[in-house]
Amino acid sequence: MTSTTLPASSLTSPAQAPAADSRDFTPRYWLFSLPAVLIVASVIVFPWLFTLYMSTQDWKIGGGQEFVGLQNFVELARDPRFIESMGHTFYYTVLAVVLPILFGTAAALVFHREFPFRGLLRTIFVMPMMATPVAVALVWTMMFHPQLGVLNYLLSLVGIGPQAWVYSPGTVIPTLILVEVWHWTPLVMLIVLGGLAGLPREPYESALIDGANAWHMFRHITLPLVWPFIMVAIVIRTIDALKAFDTIFVITQGGPGTASETLNIFLYLQAFQFYKIGYASAVVVIFFVIIIMLSLLLLYARQKSKWNA
Amino acid sequence: MTEILKPTRRGLLRGAAALGASGAIASPLVLREAHAQAAFNWKRFSGQSIDVLLVKNPRSDLFQAAEKEFTELTGIKVSSEQVPEQQQRQKAVIEFASGKPSFDVSAISLHVQKRMAAKGKWFADLSPMIKDASLTSPDFNFEDFGAGAVAYARQADGALDTLPYFVDYWMVYYNKELFDAKGVAFPKTMDEMAVAAAKLHDPAKGVAGFVSRGLKNANVPVWACLVLGQGIETTSAEGKLLTDTPEAIWAGELYKKLNKDTGPVGSVGFNWNECQTTFMQGRAAMWLDGIGFATPLEDPSKSRIVGKVGYGVTPPGPKAHHAGMFGDGIGISRGSAKKEAAWLYIQFITNKAQQLAMLKAGAGAPARSSAYLDTATIEASKFGKQYFDCLLNSAKIARAALPQIVPVTEFRDVFGVALTNAIGGADVAAELKKATEAFAPVLAKSEQG
Repeated sequence: MTSTTLPASSLTSPAQAPAADSRDFTPRYWLFSLPAVLIVASVIVFPWLFTLYMSTQDWKIGGGQEFVGLQNFVELARDPRFIESMGHTFYYTVLAVVLPILFGTAAALVFHREFPFRGLLRTIFVMPMMATPVAVALVWTMMFHPQLGVLNYLLSLVGIGPQAWVYSPGTVIPTLILVEVWHWTPLVMLIVLGGLAGLPREPYESALIDGANAWHMFRHITLPLVWPFIMVAIVIRTIDALKAFDTIFVITQGGPGTASETLNIFLYLQAFQFYKIGYASAVVVIFFVIIIMLSLLLLYARQKSKWNA
Repeated sequence: MTEILKPTRRGLLRGAAALGASGAIASPLVLREAHAQAAFNWKRFSGQSIDVLLVKNPRSDLFQAAEKEFTELTGIKVSSEQVPEQQQRQKAVIEFASGKPSFDVSAISLHVQKRMAAKGKWFADLSPMIKDASLTSPDFNFEDFGAGAVAYARQADGALDTLPYFVDYWMVYYNKELFDAKGVAFPKTMDEMAVAAAKLHDPAKGVAGFVSRGLKNANVPVWACLVLGQGIETTSAEGKLLTDTPEAIWAGELYKKLNKDTGPVGSVGFNWNECQTTFMQGRAAMWLDGIGFATPLEDPSKSRIVGKVGYGVTPPGPKAHHAGMFGDGIGISRGSAKKEAAWLYIQFITNKAQQLAMLKAGAGAPARSSAYLDTATIEASKFGKQYFDCLLNSAKIARAALPQIVPVTEFRDVFGVALTNAIGGADVAAELKKATEAFAPVLAKSEQG
C-alpha cells in the first residue's frame, strides 16, 4: 500500500479557496443533461402524460374518440371484474412474495453451511431461475393436465385421487403460486446467501460465550443483520409478482372463468382483446398509483431496516 | 351414423351437388377447360412485390409452400408472415386502424372479424375484380366456391371483401370402441347425446362420456352450436340478443349437464387442445368440436385411437338440425397500391389445386366444391369415407354459430364466464341473464357510429 501526501493547497477549505474563476457555468452544464432529459421525457414522461390523457377518453380502436372526463374511472369502480381482478392481484402477490421469501431464506441458511456437494446442489437449486418463464409455463401446463399430467400420476402412486390443479377455480391461484415458488425461490436464496456471506463472526462468538443457542443466534443476530437483504428480495419479488403476466396467461389465461384474472390479465383483455384503449388506460393509471404507494411503503420499510452503525 | 354411403363417385357427386343446393358448398360447375388459361396474362404485374399477413396454421403452410410457384408464374414476389391466431387478430386490428397497413393481403377469421372488417372498411370489394376478365383467370371459376361459404363471407351491403377459402363444421367425434363395448348407438338427438354420455361415463376407468371446451371464451361455440338445435342463433337477424331466451337456457343446461356430469375432471379449463388430447388418448367417448381438428386423431405417433374414431354429424336439437359453421377468408387491404397483384395472389392460393392440397393434407375443409369431387384423393385419404360423409352432410345443414356482430370477442368473453360458472354448478338461467345484461350495452354501443 502506498501513502500519498496531498499538497497543502488542496487541503484549503472551499471558503478559503481563491476565486480563480467566478464565471457561472450553470447554463452550459444544462446542455450536457439535455440528451438524457429528452430521452426521459420521450420514453417515460410523454407516454405517461399520454396515458393519463387517454384515460379521459372513450376510444376503441377502429371507432371514434370522445372526451369523457373521469367516466372511465367511475365505470371501473362499478366493474365487478375489475374489483375481482384487484383482489386476485393482491392475493397472488402476497403468496408470491411471502412463500419464496420463507423458502428462499431457509434454503440460504442451509446452503450457508458447509456440507459435501454443496456447490453442486446449490447450482441445481438455482437452475429453475434460469429457465424462460413461457417455457416453464408450458411445461407446467402439461404437468397439471388432470388426466394425462405427471402430477396426478405421482399422486396416484401414493393413493391420492386426481386433483384439478389449475382447472378448478378454487385451486388455480395456489397452483400458480406453486410455479412461482419453484421458479423464484432460488433468486431469494441467492440474495439472502449474499447477505449471510458478509456477516461478521464476532457477534456469534460473543453470543456463544453468553450461552446463546442456535435459535437465539438466528433470531437475535442473523435475522436482524440479514434483514436488509431480505428487504431487497421483498422489493424485487413484489415488483415481479405485481407485474406477473406471462405465466398466468400461458397456463390459465385468467381462468377458469375469471378465477385467476389479475389486473394485468384484465388490462390485456381490455386493451388487446376488446381494444378499449381509454378504459385500459384508466386501469393503467390506477395500477400505477397502487404501485407507487406500495413502492413508497417498501422503500420506507427498507430504510428502517438498514443497519445502525 | 346410419346414413353411411359407399365411397362411389356417384355418391360423392351427389353429395357435393347437394351441398351446392343447400348453399353450403356450392354448385357442380367445376372443372372448366384450362384452354383459356393460355390467353390470360399472369405476368402482367411482374416485378411487383406484395406483403401478406397470415394466421399460423397448416393452411398458411400450404400457401407459403406455393409462393415459389406463384412467383415463377407471375413474376410477383411474395413476402408473407404467419402470426399466431390471437396476435394476428390484434395486428390486423391495429394496422387496419392506422389506415396504412404494412400488408397488401390479410387472412381473417370470418366468425370473429367479419363485421369488424366491414365497419373499419379494411378490405377492397373483390366483386369488380372477379368480374374483370383482364384480372381474373378464366379457370378461376368463382361459382365453384360454395354458395354457403360465399354468403358467410359476404357483408350486409353485398360487398365481398374476403374470399372464403376454409370452412369448419362442428360435429361429434366419437370413440367407436367405447361405444361398442357398452352397446351404445350414436345419438340421434342432442338430448340422446346426454343420455349416451351418461352411459359411457366411467370415471373409475378414467373415461369421460363427453368432452368439450370449458375454458372461458373458447367454450361459447359449443353452447352456440347447441343453441342452433333450437332453430335460433344467439342473436336475431335484427341484432337482438337471444341469449337469455328459454331456448338459449335449454342449450346452456345441456352444456352444463354434458360437461359437469359426464365431462373429465378439470374440463372447465379445457380449450380444444386439451379436449383433443383427452379424446386422442381414449379418455373420452365423444367430443363436440370442429372437423378441422381431425388430423392428429388418425396419426399413430400421437393418437391411441387410430382407426377407432367415428365422425358423426351434430345431432338435431328439439326444433332444428344444424352444424355450427366457422370459416376463414382472405382479402386485399383497401389502402394497398398493389391490389391487382394481390388479387392474382389470392386467385392462385385459392385455386382448385391448392384447395385440393388442403383436403389432401387434412388441413381443413376447402370452400371450393370441386375439391370434394376428387374421388382419388378421398379414397386415398387416411380419414376414411365416414369423415367425408360427415363433412358433406354437415355442410348441408351448416349455419353460422357465432353472432355476426362487431364485439365477438367480448361476446365470447362475457358468455364464456357464464358457461364456466355453469359448469361449476351455478344456475344457468341466472348466469345467462346476468351475462346478457352485461353484454347488451356493449353490443348497443358497437352498433353506434
